[in-house]
Amino acid sequence: MTDLTSLTLAEARKGLADKTFTSLELTDAHLSAIEQARLLNAFVLETPDRARAMAREADAKLARGEAGPLAGIPLGIKDLFATKGVRTTACSKILGNFVPTYESTVTSQLWRDGAVMLGKLNNDEFAMGSANETSCFGPVGNPWRREGSNTTLVPGGSSGGSASAVAALLCMGATATDTGGSIRQPAAFTATVGIKPTYGRCSRWGIVAFASSLDQAGPIARSVRDAAMLLRSMAGHDPKDTTSADIAVPDYEAAIGKSVKGMKIGIPKEYRLDGMPAEIEKLWSEGAAWLRSAGAELVEVSLPHTKYALPAYYIVAPAEASSNLARYDGVRYGLRESAKNIIELYENTRASGFGAEVRRRVMIGTYVLSAGYYDAYYLRAQKVRTLIKKDFEDCFAKGVDAILTPATPSAAFGIGEKGGADPVEMYLNDIFTVTVNMAGLPGIAVPSGKDAQGLPLGLQLIGRPFEEETLFSLGEVIEQAAGRFTPARWW
Amino acid sequence: MSTATHKLLKGATGDWEVVIGMEIHAQVTSNSKLFSGASTAFGGEPNTQVSLVDAAMPGMLPVINEECVRQAVRTGLGLNATINLRSVFDRKNYFYPDLPQGYQISQYKSPIVGEGEVLLELEGGRTAIVGIERLHLEQDPAKMLHDKLPSQSLIDLNRCGVALMEIVSKPDIRDAEQAKAYVTKLRSILRYLGTCDGDMEKGSLRADVNVSVRKPGGPLGTRCEIKNLNSINFIGQAIEYEARRQIEIIEDGGKIDQETRLFDANKGETRSLRSKEEAHDYRYFPDPDLLPLEFSQSFVDELKAKLPELPDQKKARFVADFGLSAYDASVLVAERESAMFYESVLDRLANRTRDGKMAANWVINELFGRLNKEGRDITDSPVNAEQLAAIIDLIGEGTISGKIAKDLFEIVWQEGGDPRALVESRGMKQVTDLSAIEKVVDGIIAANPDKAAQVKDKPQSLGWFVGQVMKSSGGKANPQAVNELLKSKLGI
Repeated sequence: MTDLTSLTLAEARKGLADKTFTSLELTDAHLSAIEQARLLNAFVLETPDRARAMAREADAKLARGEAGPLAGIPLGIKDLFATKGVRTTACSKILGNFVPTYESTVTSQLWRDGAVMLGKLNNDEFAMGSANETSCFGPVGNPWRREGSNTTLVPGGSSGGSASAVAALLCMGATATDTGGSIRQPAAFTATVGIKPTYGRCSRWGIVAFASSLDQAGPIARSVRDAAMLLRSMAGHDPKDTTSADIAVPDYEAAIGKSVKGMKIGIPKEYRLDGMPAEIEKLWSEGAAWLRSAGAELVEVSLPHTKYALPAYYIVAPAEASSNLARYDGVRYGLRESAKNIIELYENTRASGFGAEVRRRVMIGTYVLSAGYYDAYYLRAQKVRTLIKKDFEDCFAKGVDAILTPATPSAAFGIGEKGGADPVEMYLNDIFTVTVNMAGLPGIAVPSGKDAQGLPLGLQLIGRPFEEETLFSLGEVIEQAAGRFTPARWW
Repeated sequence: MSTATHKLLKGATGDWEVVIGMEIHAQVTSNSKLFSGASTAFGGEPNTQVSLVDAAMPGMLPVINEECVRQAVRTGLGLNATINLRSVFDRKNYFYPDLPQGYQISQYKSPIVGEGEVLLELEGGRTAIVGIERLHLEQDPAKMLHDKLPSQSLIDLNRCGVALMEIVSKPDIRDAEQAKAYVTKLRSILRYLGTCDGDMEKGSLRADVNVSVRKPGGPLGTRCEIKNLNSINFIGQAIEYEARRQIEIIEDGGKIDQETRLFDANKGETRSLRSKEEAHDYRYFPDPDLLPLEFSQSFVDELKAKLPELPDQKKARFVADFGLSAYDASVLVAERESAMFYESVLDRLANRTRDGKMAANWVINELFGRLNKEGRDITDSPVNAEQLAAIIDLIGEGTISGKIAKDLFEIVWQEGGDPRALVESRGMKQVTDLSAIEKVVDGIIAANPDKAAQVKDKPQSLGWFVGQVMKSSGGKANPQAVNELLKSKLGI
């Protein structure tokens, strides 16, 4: 039964319903895959006992015919989600061995629908990073390698553990979060499907906050259909999060296979960057061609404020983060360093508890909100944000249903290769994805091909607010045309 | 504001005018906190009324408590202020252990309530108007306990996150008397509205006072802020001290440094807490966890329609309906409980139009006088409204005289009981039977022939006869009847 890990979620659901195998068998297969893949460092905490208990419960429900839509499906949970009774650290030393007494809304909905928790997944510290290199638990390995190379590559970030674990067949799907591209970029780097839904689609309650106005939860999965199934359980209005939208959650899976004929797809000219690798250009054209042959109409569109998105993002996100992370002060929970007075307690605890990238962003954020700088930085960035949003609105007002762009400006790179000297080099990874967060729109990354070195590349589709269904329909067209990609096992 | 209503301070170089603005922090009366469902009850065991949100656990989010919003709107309406249908919550960022989030959720650029005004009534019938700049909602911080352990401070999060209204006045206040009158009036309005209990001892109402001095009509001086005053007397003392301190510095050729000061109640002086340079940079920005607070005009109108009668309106009504003096009416409406007591007496009177004014006199002079003497509060008065109304009815209908009524009041105060029954059982009824009174009158005149003869030349000595008759009737004779009888019998 070793091949149980290679099933898609949809296939596993059928197998469980048909009693071909049990959830316990499916869960055990994944637990043993996790055990054998520790080299990847995708999981920061394995919860096998809990997983088996949940699997047994799911089996019982399946037997009684009371199974929820995700009954018995083993998942990995990004360590940013609070899990009741299970250590939750955001991969930061400052949270130490913090064990929440509460469960995030998103994960509690997954458990409500019968899913099984395998453990907690690695991520960049407080989700700040694009390579999963800032985690206090160390970097995550990408299951993909360049052809003929033994260099370990990054899986992207911040949801690097989620992407790596799904790509390496360690879990059938994973929760992730996306503030500037943290779901879509790792999905693109690992040939998995990742969707960041519309801001407000999923509750943020119980998710460790990075930048509140940008953070959104979403799934990373093995197929577009799997992502649709997971999002349906994760999404929904939550009175505990006033920014969550009180809009009914549709059956996203029903959008899979729906005709895209007559849909208008925008190709934004501003996303054609100088020095963009030719293979990314080629992939983008191919994607457009696939959609065209499925009956969609391709049009060139303009998003004129795109070039300001990244700088504005790196003002807004750190500003919010500097405030959101103020609660990690050594007073009530988590790490506390010894000190002679309260100021020293703050300084010592925060200096040793936060990693370099988090410290950098807290300082940037503090600076841009300071008296005398607020108007020049934060306020101006918010104005840019409004303009970016308006760019998209203008585009959608002209009848465009979705926008097609590359997901990333390059394929995965080696651990330690980027951002060492200049953090901006790393920030540029998010160039195609941050606009979507700034505008609060849904975006999906779908594996679309490989580069010359055999590394996966992805395309991104950006949709209208709360029209994730369109993205699933279009994403599946690309998936059908491009095929699915599985890495050769080396770990 | 006319300059005649306030006091100027004399300095070596002439008169000085004090300019005062206040920020009042009023704890909102509500069952749960501003952004969490935790209880707001006072006096619970430390850290027993704390939600995950209050403790700033990772991933927790604030959700606005609508009752607190209603209370803020009610208060705004009570201050005749503009209600802003859209307001924004901001984060005020600073590190201190009493602030678990590392920021206080407050309102900075867009408060829920805009400009309004409060009418002050001062001694001698003078009035003054103090403008309200704004009112905004914010979270109360936690309480720090510094004296429980020798080398550590403890934190009680029970108060953390309780809703506060910060009510900011314009710099319209000109002396300590006005400042005290302002806080008193504001507290009274809040209590009438039921939006804050106004209990300064428990910290439900605290004031930050901004004080500067200038030559009358001159440009504003540099101000100092005196933080966290928790009694009306301290507010007065702190202003007096601070104004004198500033005048002295300026007159000695120095200049005032803008700073935050604390009032030391034991020494009766203010001292520096931090200078302007040491002031925090709060890095305010809109709280991304909360959408802008928006409500409709009809939401405001509904609250307005259900607003209770406020002191100024009540006072006007008392004057118009019962002919009370403005002063008496102010005394009655100053505290909600006093006004309620008076109205409850009115409700029980047989003839409120006739006796309403008498009732006011009784409440103010007899009841308040007696309560003050014993240091008791109107809410635990031994004589209740029903008993007092009965006493006033007895006077009004002529059953007892005012003098007997005072004795009756004393009996009810001491022993309780139904005044009407007491009058019966103790034979306190006024004698209106003319033949009975005539007998007494005749007796007195017969016993005092000299005086009776004199009274024709000296009519003012009639009072002596009245006194004698009243005395021998045990005070129960109807004084008017006595008067008339005496006059006719003595031929004056």
